[in-house]
Amino acid sequence: MTINIKRGEELVSYEIEEKNLTLLQVLTQIKTEVDSSLSFSSGCRSSVCGSCAMRVNGREVLACAYKPSEGDLIEPLRNVPVLRDLVVDMDKAYGFNKIAKAWGLPTSKSISVSPQDAKQNELQSDCILCGSCYSACPVYSVNSEFIGPFALTRSWKYVSDLRQSDISSTIAAVQTSGIYDCTLCGECVPVCPQGIAPKQDIVMLKNKSGVLGYMDPSFASSFGGGLTF
Amino acid sequence: MIDVLVVGAGGAGLVAALSAKERGASVRVLTKTYPTRSQTCMAQGGINAALSNSGEDSIKSHYENTLKSAHGIADEKMIEKLCNEGVEAVKWLDSIGVPFSRNEDGSIAQRRLGGASAARACYAQDYTGLKILHTLYDQCNANEIEMLSDRFLLELIVNEGTVGGAVVLNLKTGEVENHEAKSVILATGGYSRIYGNNSTNAVGTTGDGIAVALRAGAKLSDMEFVQFHPTALKNSSILISESARGEGGYLLNKDKERFTNELAPRDEVSRAIVDEMAKGGEVYIDIRHLGEEFIDHQLPQERKLAKLYENVDPAFELIPIKPVAHYTMGGIEVDAESQTSIKGLFAAGECANHKVHGANRLGGNSLLELIVFGREAGTNAANLAIENMESPTNGYAGRDLKKCILELQDPACKIDFYTKRDELCEQFYENVGIKRNHKMLTEALGYLERLRDDLPLMGVRDTNLIYNTELVEFLEFKNMTEIANAVVLGAIKREESRGAHYRDDNPNENQEFQTNTIYYKNGDELCVTLMK
Ligand SMILES: Cc1cc2nc3c(=O)[nH]c(=O)nc-3n(C[C@H](O)[C@H](O)[C@H](O)COP(=O)(O)OP(=O)(O)OC[C@H]3O[C@@H](n4cnc5c(N)ncnc54)[C@H](O)[C@@H]3O)c2cc1C
Ligand code: SF4
Ligand code: SF4
Ligand code: FES
Repeated sequence: MTINIKRGEELVSYEIEEKNLTLLQVLTQIKTEVDSSLSFSSGCRSSVCGSCAMRVNGREVLACAYKPSEGDLIEPLRNVPVLRDLVVDMDKAYGFNKIAKAWGLPTSKSISVSPQDAKQNELQSDCILCGSCYSACPVYSVNSEFIGPFALTRSWKYVSDLRQSDISSTIAAVQTSGIYDCTLCGECVPVCPQGIAPKQDIVMLKNKSGVLGYMDPSFASSFGGGLTF
Repeated sequence: MIDVLVVGAGGAGLVAALSAKERGASVRVLTKTYPTRSQTCMAQGGINAALSNSGEDSIKSHYENTLKSAHGIADEKMIEKLCNEGVEAVKWLDSIGVPFSRNEDGSIAQRRLGGASAARACYAQDYTGLKILHTLYDQCNANEIEMLSDRFLLELIVNEGTVGGAVVLNLKTGEVENHEAKSVILATGGYSRIYGNNSTNAVGTTGDGIAVALRAGAKLSDMEFVQFHPTALKNSSILISESARGEGGYLLNKDKERFTNELAPRDEVSRAIVDEMAKGGEVYIDIRHLGEEFIDHQLPQERKLAKLYENVDPAFELIPIKPVAHYTMGGIEVDAESQTSIKGLFAAGECANHKVHGANRLGGNSLLELIVFGREAGTNAANLAIENMESPTNGYAGRDLKKCILELQDPACKIDFYTKRDELCEQFYENVGIKRNHKMLTEALGYLERLRDDLPLMGVRDTNLIYNTELVEFLEFKNMTEIANAVVLGAIKREESRGAHYRDDNPNENQEFQTNTIYYKNGDELCVTLMK
């Protein structure tokens, strides 16, 4: 079977044996047996480290969880600089976790959380930072400073955590280039290997912001002037 | 110059960085991947602490269980510290937002792992390591800790027995960078990948930091002790968690008959499996009788991965397995302050030997070790740096490392190192694995000597320096050969069986060897002695 790998400007075809391997195993085989210069990232082989996200036929997958088929087109993630072949530079993307202030402030009181309450943000904390959602999000083509799906999911993870007594700085941090820049298109949802729905978490953050008195700027401006009679 | 340089951004590295920062030091973290991609994310089972949330437990029982598993070569004071501080360590993780699974009463849920007398392992579904690592990463962001990724540790800067920083390869630019610092903490993880694909570990777990420390003059200890996990998927070496056996899974031989007590310690079960495999034929784990619902609830990752890699559905079929390298007890020798034999150089996590695991590690104790000794290393490294006003370093005095790297490039190299790497790993699985004896070990040693002679004929064919992963793998391979040398020499020296180190020519424990093995470099030669 033939697979095609985008390497810089070039598209390179590789003939591979059909042995029911994962894409990551196939790439490793190409690297160690055919062309040692092929570059890609990997780590755990078990879909938990988030190293091996790439696009196959235009859709984000984890190479360690995907079995290739005839004619597949393998490309690096979008919206991030390509360092080489399938390796991308995630520095700026991961930096949005910091911009979103997606963290908890340590609490000293002894904490009691029921199993039901723990379910609140269990799914959000399954995120492996693979960047698939970031790659799929169309907003980056118009706004490269958009905080983006995984960082906003991470923000909601802390905002919705019952152990957190003060979420004000995290909520304040996602107001600019954050929740209101999301068009709720939902592209980030089906590509998440962990079944997380960043779009949903963004809606939750919007609601919470509303409750705390923040206003959607586009909403405010569309009524601009109309309220001053 | 910064105060504390941390190399490695798994659980141990990030805790060390947070502690050093809290103490008031300036901190920089370097890692060859990205922090959240470190192997710590793979831990599923849990982290031990005697909280007594899910049944009666005590720090004393935790201590006793750990000591027993260590088979006489642990440091009792260090185990005491590990167990004493465990409770507080887990409470701290809770306070910074680790989403632990919960009991009905709101307390952190705990489950029982092998060798534990109580339900002691705190867990977050089967994502314990992932959720701890990501929470630590978020805290590093909150505390403005500088984390630089894609930096591969090449050598340490050491002048007159004192560390002064590290030299790394920036994978993005291909440039060699010097990072000077008043103290350095190594937190680079273990070396199970010397067994290659016969290991549950992440691909980069090649013992780099340990090899670098050895070259810089630090001592290592207990390198021959490698824990094999009895149940990994046969083709991919993906871990099938212990709970599969703990909850009633059976091990079956080629005749589909049970052949051992599934609940015995990991090393005993591994040996029983190897004996069955030696008779020819496969070994399986059977969890069909546990039911689909149970499997989906308790072992969801395993079901998914067995389908993906082995084409079997554990709910309806037998899973082919084999024992593979899982955790390495040996590492850089440290004192009670987590300092190595080089002044200002500290180590924490799986790369260090704090002598809490001895000859065999208990499940759930290594995640705990990352927190307790990561903190110890971070605080002490910060204290030392803050006391040290003037810069201790005269820069890197060794070979020109950029030149060395360029010299490794050889598009026409005669011997393919990938082939040799596979050979080395197979050699080690066969001869320095679950069962060893003098004959097997000397065969492996002979192989290593020939390999070292061949090394100059190997090289990196890819001459582009930007993100050259072939170069990274070659550097890792070179580190692996040094680590492998220590492992086999220690295993030869230790003419007895103890914990994970089993010699069928000396199947019993021998009082004479009830001590730690110490390794150090004398010129090019690796010396091995028993600690007095
Ligand atoms: C499948 C699996 C399941 C496990 N389950 C459990 C469990 O349930 N409970 C438990 O207690 N333990 C468990 N363990 C063991 C535990 O996960 C590890 O011992 C622990 O995570 C090691 O952490 P660390 O911080 O020392 O190193 P790691 O997490 O391995 O991190 C090493 C860091 O060093 C960096 N590094 C390495 N080499 C270099 C270099 N040359 N240059 C720069 N940076 C470098 C890496 O990039 C990484 O950031 C499990 C292990 C595995 C593999
Ligand atoms: S829903 Fe929002 S975050 Fe998700 S892809 Fe669309 S615009 Fe991006
Ligand atoms: S939310 Fe999902 S797709 Fe996005 S980074 Fe996390 S795991 Fe990947
Ligand atoms: S290798 Fe870790 S997610 Fe694929």
